[in-house]
Amino acid sequence: MNTPTTTDIQHLLEEMAATIREQLADKDPLLIGIHTGGVWIAKALQKILGDDFFDGPLGTLSIAYYRDDFTRIGMHPQVSPSDLPFDVDNRHLLLVDDVFYSGRTTRAALNEIFDYGRPASVTLAVLVERNGRELPIRPDIVGTSLNLPRNQDLKLHNRDGLHIEIRAAGAHHAE
Amino acid sequence: MRSNQLTESGQLRHFLTIEGLKRPLLTEIMDRAEQFSSISHRQVKKVPLLRGKTIMNLFFENSTRTRSTFELAAKRLSADVMNFNISTSATSKGESLLDTLHNLEAMHTDMFVVRHDQSGAAEFIAQHVAPHVSVINAGDGCHAHPTQAMLDMFTIRRHKQEFANLRVAIIGDILHSRVARSQIQALSILGVGEIRVIGPQTLLPRDCQTLGVHVHHDMASGLRDVDVIITLRLQFERMQGALLPSAREYFRCYGLTEEKLKYAKPDAIVMHPGPINRGVEIASSVADGKQSVILEQVGHGIAIRMAVMSMALGSQSELAESE
Repeated sequence: MNTPTTTDIQHLLEEMAATIREQLADKDPLLIGIHTGGVWIAKALQKILGDDFFDGPLGTLSIAYYRDDFTRIGMHPQVSPSDLPFDVDNRHLLLVDDVFYSGRTTRAALNEIFDYGRPASVTLAVLVERNGRELPIRPDIVGTSLNLPRNQDLKLHNRDGLHIEIRAAGAHHAE
Repeated sequence: MRSNQLTESGQLRHFLTIEGLKRPLLTEIMDRAEQFSSISHRQVKKVPLLRGKTIMNLFFENSTRTRSTFELAAKRLSADVMNFNISTSATSKGESLLDTLHNLEAMHTDMFVVRHDQSGAAEFIAQHVAPHVSVINAGDGCHAHPTQAMLDMFTIRRHKQEFANLRVAIIGDILHSRVARSQIQALSILGVGEIRVIGPQTLLPRDCQTLGVHVHHDMASGLRDVDVIITLRLQFERMQGALLPSAREYFRCYGLTEEKLKYAKPDAIVMHPGPINRGVEIASSVADGKQSVILEQVGHGIAIRMAVMSMALGSQSELAESE
């Protein structure tokens, strides 16, 4: 599939929302987005599913202190702190990110969630799954899959609607 | 030779003094501390950021609060931490200090947190450590106590937000206080409107004017309309040097009582770096009163130290890259 446009993204989100409803409707799920893109996607899903689908306000994770590359690249530029405004113990969580790539972000997010408590289950939903998985972790609910060469990155933007940019890998270091 | 506490790109490598730092860096320290402070409220009060790093607390001078908050900060970042309380009673300076240092370095230490009764000790150690080791000054003689100053700035920001319009008064032994020196530097870098120092002539430095502070010798004028009051611990050893008549006399003139507190703005906050001498520099009713934020300062100390430790160790990746 080609790079999805803003309209495509809306369709993908609606399909994802339908799957989420099917899988989690009877579980009083809680919603967690990973900064920054994952929070945008989580908010968009929340809007489609309605305010009362999830059993609490949107939680956010920064994962900045759980990454595995501190020794190589040091502190990350500041993002908003993690905020889980609910108790995760014995709850069903929907974890949302924009792009699934190596699986390292999900690994970090799971570690952080477990420092807040012991959820009953975690379901991972992502807008885009791309090739290049490095860990035995994969998303449960996927908007679309893309095959990209290793020297290209996907970047989600949120200006006048959500859209995806494909750019040279490493470009974000210059930001 | 002066060791630079910043890397080439302006990141914190050591944290030795507030002097010479720029406002964005002080703001970054406080912003990071704000993020870390939420960790203390979680079920697991720990993040794995400094897992595998070894931090040595080298305390050549006694301390309870500072040492334990540094220790807790390191542990909440998942670093391994060891405490060394090293007596300075022997003529242990110069070479033997370096011997101690190199021995500890041989244990693959990543960071030294140093407190010493000699001004410049942390700086001296920073000049002699291996390139991959960071040094944090936890108080050196009468020179500097930068993490204390930053936790105080963090406390002020939490209560007062903007620094520009504030009037801040520091009361007591400014002359011998490394805390006051670092606070004054931080307050002026952050652009505080008016910094006042209040104390007897014998306890104020001669160069007060050049520090950019206003000098007051009585509490009535010094505390008028201030937003923040910082009381300093009166060090009893100073009294033996005939700089002060007695603790009772000092309390009468400069002790912060409820009556004197009324000179300040009604919403002024009262701070103290601890440990407090009740009935000497501060009355119990004020230390435990509604305007006191003294115990909050202790908690903020952990968050600030987490910020500084992670920033300094994070900048080592830059050094590794350039090798």
